[in-house]
Amino acid sequence: MLKRGVIGAAVLFLVGAAAYASFYIAPEERTMGAIQRIFYFHAASAWAGMTAFLVCFLANLTYVLRRNQKSDWLGVSAAEVGLAFTTVVLITGPIWAHPVWGIWWTWDARLTSTFVLWLLYVSYLLLRNMLEEPDRRALLSALFGIFAFLDVPLVFGAIRWWRTQHPQPVIMGSPGSGLEPTMSKVFFFSVLAMHALMVLLLSERYRLEKMRGDFQELQREAEAR
Amino acid sequence: MATLSNTAVLLGKEVRTEFRSRELLTTTVVFIVMVVVLFSFTFDPTSSESRRFGPGLLWLAFLFAASLMLQPCFLREQTNDTLSALRLSVSDPFAIFLAKLIANTLFLFLTEVLMLPVFAVLYNVHLLAVTPQLALVLFLGSLGVAIPGTAFSAISAQARLRELMLPLLLLPLLTPVLIASTEATAALLEPNPALRKDWLGFLATFDVVFLTALWLFGEYLLEE
Repeated sequence: MLKRGVIGAAVLFLVGAAAYASFYIAPEERTMGAIQRIFYFHAASAWAGMTAFLVCFLANLTYVLRRNQKSDWLGVSAAEVGLAFTTVVLITGPIWAHPVWGIWWTWDARLTSTFVLWLLYVSYLLLRNMLEEPDRRALLSALFGIFAFLDVPLVFGAIRWWRTQHPQPVIMGSPGSGLEPTMSKVFFFSVLAMHALMVLLLSERYRLEKMRGDFQELQREAEAR
Repeated sequence: MATLSNTAVLLGKEVRTEFRSRELLTTTVVFIVMVVVLFSFTFDPTSSESRRFGPGLLWLAFLFAASLMLQPCFLREQTNDTLSALRLSVSDPFAIFLAKLIANTLFLFLTEVLMLPVFAVLYNVHLLAVTPQLALVLFLGSLGVAIPGTAFSAISAQARLRELMLPLLLLPLLTPVLIASTEATAALLEPNPALRKDWLGFLATFDVVFLTALWLFGEYLLEE
């Protein structure tokens, strides 16, 4: 209990520090002004969300091959947490886009593919609700998760070919792109903070799922007696 | 080798079942006609507009139709628990998928080809000159729809609200197929038709990726 409290407080501090850094330490962007600071949360959440989906995929794969309940718990937890971060991305994106592009939403490559990604994992969670029997639910949703994750690069590729308006990748993009050094430091600190938050949420969600699993196990035992 | 001969037998069964009643094909064709007609009410297209929106519309109609058409694929094996019998009779469960998948691709392709003249007349586009190229796009697209579609129909058959679940699982996953086939079809309907090899290559990649995934994980989908 104490350990969890300490870890929670540390993550909270980290996220607070990232917020402070992005508001006060990072320099103001020349053309966009203050609104650009949302990028430290927007892009960092996107990265954290992608990491969560990767965890979900690995958990799904492990479940299909090994059939251990823990992978199933991890899979659903990671999908939910990833979905939460992707939702943050989809909300902060339009907040940024409205003053900068003059529109809330455009069917641009990365916006659209993030939206499709979001839909895929909503489907994954809905499917879990629609499968009654626990083992069946674990197996079939894991298989869907694998298919969904394989689809991600194809979705990105297709939509990218199709059209693009999102700012070209600033980080690890083409030559000539890149962040101002202080911005870059603040950004990677935000990425770290968001990942810490993601891991915290993931472990808490996992604990909940484990308790739920244990509870159902006990319930079944009680009924059998 | 055994897989292939098993597949051939099972494919024969699928095709026979369908052509005895032709239920699936008839209802799907009627459904697509309905969607195409309803679409035209919603935006009353001029000739240049139909060239622009037509391909997307057509593929959307195909996708919706497919998500309904693929429903019974595994569902009808449940009625008399024939799926267990199928599983016992083949050496490799992939044969079951392969047969169903080929049958589904065939049915989809057939309905699409049947739809093309209707579409050409209603939307005033000229398709005759590009029919072979269009057939290639339709085939690769149908295959792309049928591979995950067959896999997911095995999943949704075991879920609650299965009629809703299949489109929900399938449609977001098919975004790449929708984009690629629409773009390839649109290029063929231009005044100077062009075969977009890049999009065809993309469709082929999609098909290969998911066929491999189905081959690797298909047997788990059929577990008791």
